Amino acid sequence: MRNILTPMMMPHRLIMAALALAGLTAMALTMQWDWLPANLPRLWDGLLMTLAMLAGSVVVGFALALPLALFQVMGPAPLRWLSLGFCTVIRGTPLLLQLWLFYFGLGALFAQFPEIRDSWAWPYLRQAWPYGFLALTVSFAAYQGEVMRGAFTGVPHGELEAARAVGMSPWLVFRRVWFPRALHRALPTLAGEIILQLKSTPLVATITVTDLYAVITRIRQTTLLTYEPLLLLVAVYLCLSGILILALRWLENRVPTQR
Amino acid sequence: MFQSIDFSLLALDAPGWGGALLQGFWRSIQLAAGGYAMGIVIGILGASAKLYGGLVMRDLAQVYTTVIRAVPELVLMLLFYYVGTDLLNRAAQSMGFAGIEVDGLAAGILVIGLVQGGYATEVIRGAIRAVPHGQIEAAQAFGMSPLKVMRRVTLPAMTPHAIPGMANLWMIATKDTALLAVIGFSELTQVTRQAASSTRAYFLFFLSAGALYLMLTLVSNVILRRYEVRARRGLIAAHQAR
Repeated sequence: MRNILTPMMMPHRLIMAALALAGLTAMALTMQWDWLPANLPRLWDGLLMTLAMLAGSVVVGFALALPLALFQVMGPAPLRWLSLGFCTVIRGTPLLLQLWLFYFGLGALFAQFPEIRDSWAWPYLRQAWPYGFLALTVSFAAYQGEVMRGAFTGVPHGELEAARAVGMSPWLVFRRVWFPRALHRALPTLAGEIILQLKSTPLVATITVTDLYAVITRIRQTTLLTYEPLLLLVAVYLCLSGILILALRWLENRVPTQR
Repeated sequence: MFQSIDFSLLALDAPGWGGALLQGFWRSIQLAAGGYAMGIVIGILGASAKLYGGLVMRDLAQVYTTVIRAVPELVLMLLFYYVGTDLLNRAAQSMGFAGIEVDGLAAGILVIGLVQGGYATEVIRGAIRAVPHGQIEAAQAFGMSPLKVMRRVTLPAMTPHAIPGMANLWMIATKDTALLAVIGFSELTQVTRQAASSTRAYFLFFLSAGALYLMLTLVSNVILRRYEVRARRGLIAAHQAR
C-alpha cells in the first residue's frame, strides 16, 4: 500500500489532485445533471450492451484468430494466401466502412431472398446487432491473427523439437507446448488489443445498436446539452479502460514468467 | 436475383459518383496528413515534456496520454469538435466578430491531431530513450542550446527507432478519418454512404471505397519501408559490425 501511496503524496501532485477535485466539484455544481437519475436504467442497459459486444467479439474473434494465424504459419499455400489477404484487407480499411458494408450491403442483400426471409434466422437478421457483432468480430480476428502469427513463429524451435523428440503427437505438441508458449508471448499485446476493441465498440451506435454511446447520443438530442453527457461518457470509458487494464495485468502476473 | 453490377455508377461525371468519391478520398488524405503532422508536433512536445519537463509538466503529459489512449476516438473527436468550435466562437465573439464559421478541414485536422498526439508522444518518448545518452551529452558538451541539440542530434538519431511506431500511427490516422463521417465531414466514408444509399448499390460503393483505403495503406507501406531503410542506414552497419 505504501508503494502506491508515496508517489501520490508529493506536494505538486497533492496540489494537482486538489485542483482536479475542485474542477470536478465545479462541474457537478454549475453544470446541468438533472437528466441523470431518470436515464440511469437506460444507461445501464447501454453499458451492458457495450460490454456484451466487447466480450462476445473478443472471445469469438480470438477463436477465429487461431486458425488465421496457423494457416499463415504452416498452412498450404492457398490457405496461407487467403488468410494473409483477409488480414491485410481488414486491417487496411476502416472498421466503420466494414460495419456499414455489412449492415447496409448484407442487410439489403438478405432481404432480397425469400428463403432467408422465411427462415428462423430472419428475426435476428432484421436487427442491427448481429451486423455490429460480425464487424467487430472480424476486425478483432484480423488484428489478433496478426499478433498470434508473430507469437507462433516466435516460439523457440528447440522447444517444439524437444516436444516431438519426447514422442508427442502433433496435436499434443500444439496443445501442451506451442499454443501455451505462444499465448504467453502474446498476452501483453492481447491486453492492448482488448482495450483497442473496447474503443471500437461505440461505432456500432452508427447502425442503431443501442450501446452506451447511442444512449448518450439520444440523451444529448433530447436534453439539448452539449457537454454534460459527453463528459459522463468520457468518465465511464476511462473507468472501463482502467478496470480492464488492472484485470489484464493481474492475469498476466498470474502466469509464471520464468523461462 | 443478382442484378448485374452497374459500373457506370462509378463514372467521373455528374450522374456517376466516381468524381465525388475521388474528391472525398482527397479530403481524407488531407485530413490524415494534416492530423498526422500535427500529431508529430504534439508528440515531440509531449515527449520533451515527459523526458525533460518539470514535475508538473511531466504529470500533465501523463494525464494527456492516459486519457487519449483510454477513451474511444469517436468520443474524443466529438468532444474536441464541440469544445474547439465553441471556444473559437466565444473567442471571436469576445473580440467583436459575430460568430465565425469554423472551417471543416481545419477542425477535422485539429481533432485528429489531438488524438494522434497522445499516441505519438509515447512512440517518440520511447525512440528518444533508445538514443545512446552519450550522443546527447556530447552535443551538450559542445555548448549547443537545448533546441539545437534537439534539432541536430536527438531528432535525427531517434528517427529510425520511431519509424515502426510512427508508420503504424499513419495507418491509424488514415483509418481514423473515417470516424469524422459520424460527425458529418464529407470525407470518403461519408460520400460513399451518400452514394450507396441514393443508388442502393451498397456493395459496389463500399467495396470501391475499401479498395481506395487499401491502396492508400499499401502504397504508404511501401514508401515508409523505403524510408525506414534510408533512416536506418547508419544503424544497420553498426549492427552488422557487432
